Amino acid sequence: MTELLRVNGLVTQFNTESGVVKACDGVSYYINEQEIVGLVGESGCGKSVSQLSVMQLISAPGKIAGGEVIFDGQNLLDYQANGPQMRSVRGAKIAMIFQEPMTSLNPVLTIGQQLTEMLVIHMKMSADAARKRAIELMGLVGIPAADSRIDDYPHHFSGGMRQRVMIAMGLSCNPKILIADEPTTALDVTTQAQLLEMMRDMVERFRTSLVIVTHNLGVVARYAQRIYIMYAGRIVESGMTKDIFAKPRHPYTIGLLKCIPRLDEEEGTKLVPIEGLPPNLINMPATCAFLPRCSYKIEKCYKEPWPELTPVNGDHFIRCYANTEVKPSESKKR
Amino acid sequence: MVEQRKPEEGFQEAPPRVNEWRRFWKVFLQRKIVIFGLVVFLLLVITALFAGLLAPFDPYKNVLPDSLQQPSGKHWLGTDIQGRDTLSRLIFGTRTALMVGFITVITSAVIGVTLGLAAGFFGGIPSMVIMRIMDSLMCFPMLVLAMLLAAVLGGGIQNVIIALSVASLPGYARVMNGLTLSIRENDYIMAERSIGASNWRAMVRHILPNALPPMIVLVTLQLGGIILAEAGLSFLGIGIKPPGAAWGAMVTDGSRFLRTSPILTIAPGVAIMLVVFAFNMVGDGLRDALDPRLRGLL
Repeated sequence: MTELLRVNGLVTQFNTESGVVKACDGVSYYINEQEIVGLVGESGCGKSVSQLSVMQLISAPGKIAGGEVIFDGQNLLDYQANGPQMRSVRGAKIAMIFQEPMTSLNPVLTIGQQLTEMLVIHMKMSADAARKRAIELMGLVGIPAADSRIDDYPHHFSGGMRQRVMIAMGLSCNPKILIADEPTTALDVTTQAQLLEMMRDMVERFRTSLVIVTHNLGVVARYAQRIYIMYAGRIVESGMTKDIFAKPRHPYTIGLLKCIPRLDEEEGTKLVPIEGLPPNLINMPATCAFLPRCSYKIEKCYKEPWPELTPVNGDHFIRCYANTEVKPSESKKR
Repeated sequence: MVEQRKPEEGFQEAPPRVNEWRRFWKVFLQRKIVIFGLVVFLLLVITALFAGLLAPFDPYKNVLPDSLQQPSGKHWLGTDIQGRDTLSRLIFGTRTALMVGFITVITSAVIGVTLGLAAGFFGGIPSMVIMRIMDSLMCFPMLVLAMLLAAVLGGGIQNVIIALSVASLPGYARVMNGLTLSIRENDYIMAERSIGASNWRAMVRHILPNALPPMIVLVTLQLGGIILAEAGLSFLGIGIKPPGAAWGAMVTDGSRFLRTSPILTIAPGVAIMLVVFAFNMVGDGLRDALDPRLRGLL
């Protein structure tokens, strides 16, 4: 598999009145061709910001302060944020689906007008051809009677249907990468499952890579091949999905997995929440940001700065000093 | 890729479709007073268009023997000091009033909306420059500014239009600026940019249509105000030059004969009132009908 996108040391910061917020602090990751990658983290850990940075859609007071985004041998950050080169990447090569289907469609334009827009901009299609293609796409994403519904307005559609339209829109120009920013968070559970299945089929059919940004580990467990776990603006663990779920190594990931109820658990087993709150991203200490909440901490964690991602086992990387293979209770006993 | 996906089971049925136009008319024509306003508005437009056919006499021709006649079968609304038929002058005055009103409102709305949209969308320095100029224009009461400009430029219908356009510009720019600032923050603008749309496209195709309903209401409500302002300027003698027929000037001319021929003042006065009232009613009706909270209902 060839590498499509590589992000190196991406730093995105927001200059606020109370200080500089580093929403992304040295985020590095890569996406291979036709791969489904999960990006997991709590609210405010910088996962959406990192994706918007790749598209250069960060608006003031936000600023991309460093790093590079290599796509097709080109650093996208060299392009002017709203210049023609960047615009020809957006939508055509890297497309994005947003979290809120209810507000992501313009209420005064019909579905057809919005779906054809991209085809006309990027593919230089004629209005008729674009309309035909739009109807076809709507059929593909499972909207019944697409040829009559194409002239409807967004408020005629339910949330799930709107998200289907968004997916159709995202895929319409055969992008290389589709970034789905919490695509199912705003939908109910049954619709979520239908949509995720449909999305997987679609990216397979269109030979597109998919980045699923989510806080739901269950979603990525089922669909993603590789996972990146983010905490406080940094990637703290990365690896193949099966490795991470079988043997999580970073204390944060371990904590996250403990919060999820499992069906094969003994009755009466309690869920273990992660104590405390995510840190304020203003004026972060040099030491590990997870330290105050960590149950594996060792003395070195207080003295040394946050380590870089280090391999623990082949493709599996973590950003931690502690030996997490031993349970914290056992280590204390010793 | 022609095969269609099977519609999933348990697919949520879409809410029943509402024809937006039908709903618009239904709400618009709900209140009788709005219908009245609309009828007056249409009558005025017809009067203005066919003034030449409707007027029984030449509004500009002096017939001195007939001067200051009371209303009669021949002159329904009497004649003025120069013997000109009041009704005919009133009818031609409609043309002046509507022409000034429409051209002014359209010019200032187009320029004001463009400025407000650009300022709101780009922010930063462009917004600073545009909005501060608009603010400084706003410091003057509209009529005072129009008077100043009309006095500098001189009278005549063209200069009245320019003066009133400049004076009403800041209103549009301010409202549009505010609308743009709020619409710009919507997710669909971000989504639009994420598919590679240019600033121009985002502004014209996505922000502008969303701002249109409130702008249409503002324009209709302003129309009455502009006609009133034109009458005011003409009343003060810095508007339409004689012998041009303007309601405001007719009120001034007639006021000298208020005791002997009150009809000379009352007739144009009532006309002004009627027009302003009609436009405000139509504006109110539009405001109700275009209320976004009602969208998709009824």
